[in-house]
Amino acid sequence: MTTQVIRVQGLHKSYKDLHVLRGVDFDVAPGTIFALLGSNGAGKTTVVKILSTLLKADAGTAVVNGFDVAAQPANVRESISLTGQFAAVDEILTGRENLVLVARLRHQKGPGKIADDLLERFQLTDAAARKVATYSGGMRRRLDIAMSLIGDPPVIFLDEPTTGLDPQARIEVWNSVRQLAGRGATVLLTTQYLDEAEQLAGQIAILHQGTIIATGTLAELKQLFPPAIVEYVEKQPSLEDIFLAITATTAKES
Amino acid sequence: MTTHFLGDTIVLLGRSMRHITRSLDTIITVSVMPIALMLLFVYVFGGAISPGGGPGRYVTYLLPGILLITIAMGISYTAYRLFTDMQSGIFERFQSMPIARSAVLWAHVLTSVVSNLISLVIVVLVALAMGFRTSAGPLAWLAVLGIVVLFTLAVTWLAVIAGLSAKSTDGAGAFSYPIIFLPFISSAFVATGTMPGPVRAFADNQPVTSIVNTIRDLFARQPVSASIWTALAWCLGIGIVAYALAVVTYRRKIS
Ligand SMILES: Nc1ncnc2c1ncn2[C@@H]1O[C@H](COP(=O)(O)OP(=O)(O)OP(=O)(O)O)[C@@H](O)[C@H]1O
Ligand SMILES: [Mg+2]
Repeated sequence: MTTQVIRVQGLHKSYKDLHVLRGVDFDVAPGTIFALLGSNGAGKTTVVKILSTLLKADAGTAVVNGFDVAAQPANVRESISLTGQFAAVDEILTGRENLVLVARLRHQKGPGKIADDLLERFQLTDAAARKVATYSGGMRRRLDIAMSLIGDPPVIFLDEPTTGLDPQARIEVWNSVRQLAGRGATVLLTTQYLDEAEQLAGQIAILHQGTIIATGTLAELKQLFPPAIVEYVEKQPSLEDIFLAITATTAKES
Repeated sequence: MTTHFLGDTIVLLGRSMRHITRSLDTIITVSVMPIALMLLFVYVFGGAISPGGGPGRYVTYLLPGILLITIAMGISYTAYRLFTDMQSGIFERFQSMPIARSAVLWAHVLTSVVSNLISLVIVVLVALAMGFRTSAGPLAWLAVLGIVVLFTLAVTWLAVIAGLSAKSTDGAGAFSYPIIFLPFISSAFVATGTMPGPVRAFADNQPVTSIVNTIRDLFARQPVSASIWTALAWCLGIGIVAYALAVVTYRRKIS
């Protein structure tokens, strides 16, 4: 049980008066895809930023790949890659130059070869020599994810990787994410799309009003669903129904 | 981690140099205003305020101040580039990677030095065409280069503070206006002796005057007076204070 790749305990974070995280706990097992689910402003990005050493928590601990994010940030950065909510690519460079840049900064051997392989894998070879400023949103996102994979970091954070993509591009990103986990990486992704969590994740945690209000596999979460309502619906409840039901009850309690 | 500092800085310098070479208009924009000022002062005001001896002599007199104005213009782009990086999220990507974190800033600072030097070469070439003449030998030129680079470094760190703490693109560049204006209240265009008391006191004791006088002496092949020490002290002083503040601002930003 102690071999969890990500271990978050009692995380608190406020922006001035706004108490965004109020004791967040969750664990992620190695080689799994973990989805952090929450609506706008729930604090998903805040959690990801703390885990990727961009932000300091006010209280609580977070351990990534065995390293404490506050005490050993340099080791954490060696272990992770971050694909932020908004594509972090260099618009003035070409797609290939972006990849070479990251490969050099990650001190990889043969940056050109790495870039070409990734361009191929993400179907960007044709656009490789074009400035990223001319890329579509989906191409940008694919490049963004490709940049994050350089150096094969064991832990990958994807903050809303498919927001703003068309259905086709979404499926492509999903496939890449599955591939990553298939290669043994641990993936933590955040999403507002319940079907995305349903599609990809082995474990799902729902972040709501500053805490994790439910966590488990899709099957486990479905059991939390009030059976009385099951009788009314014909198909299996979707995660969306579960989410709405749980948030409704916690709203009543608080 | 610091073992990567040099390598990371070079890689990131290569990146921002590409930004410069792909938008050469920034270098041209930086050179145009000082060149226009030079034309204005030499051919419009020059007859009235020049120390005599024709346009060539006045260009020679003006050039040191014009060089400093060019640098002041140039560094506003450094603030702008830094601000854009932070906005675009690429900054956070770098911060989440196992690189020497200070390399991100140093790459911008060195880019500023290189691009300013290119702008300065353009300005000097135009000045030569307008009649600027110097008998300065290689050593004197080297000394001018040294002072110019030192001044650029010092004010670039001011630009870094502005870029890191700006709230908008316009804000990022606005800090450079006072620096652009400073040469006008100095010995750059007219001798300070003609100014009324308090203005003269300010002009004589602000950093630009000593730097201008030093460069002027070097160009004229005169033995540099004590002004060189004052100039160096100003550059180092501004540079060290701005660097320290920039580092503090950066730490606050990334933690
Ligand atoms: N730097 C900041 N300063 C002040 N408030 C902030 C800051 N960053 C985030 N917040 C606030 O904290 C809350 C949580 O933000 P966060 O970005 O973590 O949410 P999120 O779950 O990622 O939302 P979204 O789905 O919209 O991306 C929001 O109310 C947001 O306005
Ligand atoms: Mg977010």
